[in-house]
Amino acid sequence: MTRRRAVLFVRIAVLAGLVATLEICCRAGIIDPLTVIPPGDMVASMINHVGSGELDESIVNTFSTIALAFVLAIGCGTLAGALIHRSSRLRDVADPLLASYYSVPTFIFYPLLVALLGLGKAPLVVLGVLSAAPAVMISTLSGLDGVSPVLLKLARVHRLSPARTLWWIVLPAALPRLFSGFKLALSYALIGVIAGEFILSGTGLGYAISFAYQSFDNRAMYGLMLFVLLVAVIANGILYVWEGRLARRRSSG
Amino acid sequence: MSAILPGSPVPGGTPLATSGSSAPAIELSGVSKVYGRGSEAVVALERLDLLVLDGSFVSLVGASGCGKSTLLDVLCGLARPTSGSVRFEGKELHGEVPDGIGVVFQEDASMPWLSVRQNVAFGLRTSSLPEKEVAERVDHAVSFMGLAQFADHYPAQLSGGMRQRVCIARTLVLRPRLILLDEPFGALDQQTRLLMGDELLRLWRETGATVLLITHALDEAAMLSDRVGVMSARPGRFIDMVETGWPRDRDSRIVSDPEFGTVTARLWSSLREESLKAMGRAA
Repeated sequence: MTRRRAVLFVRIAVLAGLVATLEICCRAGIIDPLTVIPPGDMVASMINHVGSGELDESIVNTFSTIALAFVLAIGCGTLAGALIHRSSRLRDVADPLLASYYSVPTFIFYPLLVALLGLGKAPLVVLGVLSAAPAVMISTLSGLDGVSPVLLKLARVHRLSPARTLWWIVLPAALPRLFSGFKLALSYALIGVIAGEFILSGTGLGYAISFAYQSFDNRAMYGLMLFVLLVAVIANGILYVWEGRLARRRSSG
Repeated sequence: MSAILPGSPVPGGTPLATSGSSAPAIELSGVSKVYGRGSEAVVALERLDLLVLDGSFVSLVGASGCGKSTLLDVLCGLARPTSGSVRFEGKELHGEVPDGIGVVFQEDASMPWLSVRQNVAFGLRTSSLPEKEVAERVDHAVSFMGLAQFADHYPAQLSGGMRQRVCIARTLVLRPRLILLDEPFGALDQQTRLLMGDELLRLWRETGATVLLITHALDEAAMLSDRVGVMSARPGRFIDMVETGWPRDRDSRIVSDPEFGTVTARLWSSLREESLKAMGRAA
């Protein structure tokens, strides 16, 4: 067994052990079912709720909002990062702001966003972008900082246009760090949108979880929570595998 | 085999020409390069004249910080001289690298996201050559540099010497008429440097290109070159041009020739005082 497979095996075994322990504790009455339901019941509830079709609209709404926020965050964050990178004065201004950005609870702006943009998808998208874009900006700056000057010289020796230099040299060179930002952006977009729905919206999976919570419907709440968790893990897993493939080419392994 | 050793430093302002019957490949006339302005101005190069004839192998040596790499940037058109002119095959350079010049840098310039073959082919991405010819040129360059077995490897899987060979192969596919090398073997161990020197000499002989090598290693310059230009401490000026007189068909075994020691000693005698100046110590 290779080291990577062994690590994966141990990781799955630890996770399975924790889930089994929780299942046993819930079934044995050590944990009150009003607090946490057994993981088996969570899975059954998730299949039941998602399979029934009653949440189709919420699922489509939530994940399309997250996807839109994610794509916009990548576009705006990369562009803003690249612009800041070009100007040392802008960089001096932006660096401390970016460093302290995540100490600002962006959710407090949700009422303002609703007042400005109305109810619906727009304020949630903006909230998702506000959560995710700074991570992309930071990773873009770090990625561009890391492009070796000799590669830029090489571009000039080969008389590449600015567009080709960007596409053939700068982006591939910066990609590993950009990717770290993309992974964070996905997580932050998901958190921003779900939390926005949870707190103040009247639609989406976040709202459905909040509604189940307020109705003391533990089965529905845990089922939906598990569904959101699974989708987040799968989406991050895809990015992780993609990143791993890129990294393997660049490492001596 | 005898080394031709001019007895006195070349007077300032006189072009340091390589001998031979060919036309000049590259010509510097009164080139100076100044960074910054006013009291903060730093003179990197001062009134350099140089004539490198087509098909010759010339090295430039100098103390650390004497402006060798600045000179390379000026020679290939990456940097404009503050005054003076640079001509490649008779045409003046204006801040652009002209067609026909290939550059190999001191730093590892292989692209880690591309395989060896893709790295080598990168040089021809913008060319209008038919696909078949591109493939042939790439295969030839990869084989020529002894990388055929590693064509599908990525740079991270190669040693430092092999990565530098990838960079040389990438230059080679362009079939440059002038190859500029900026301390390309600086990061390699002595044995690998000698062997890479052999590869470079083979490349020079077989392509017929003019080679201009910038190095701080006197033995490397003495072994590889027809002529070696010695630069002063900053601001960089030429203070000597040593003609080695080696035959064209040479390799690293020349280091055991008694004349090799004479050439190296001559270079060091020209450079010692400048190296002391560069270290901030009086001669």
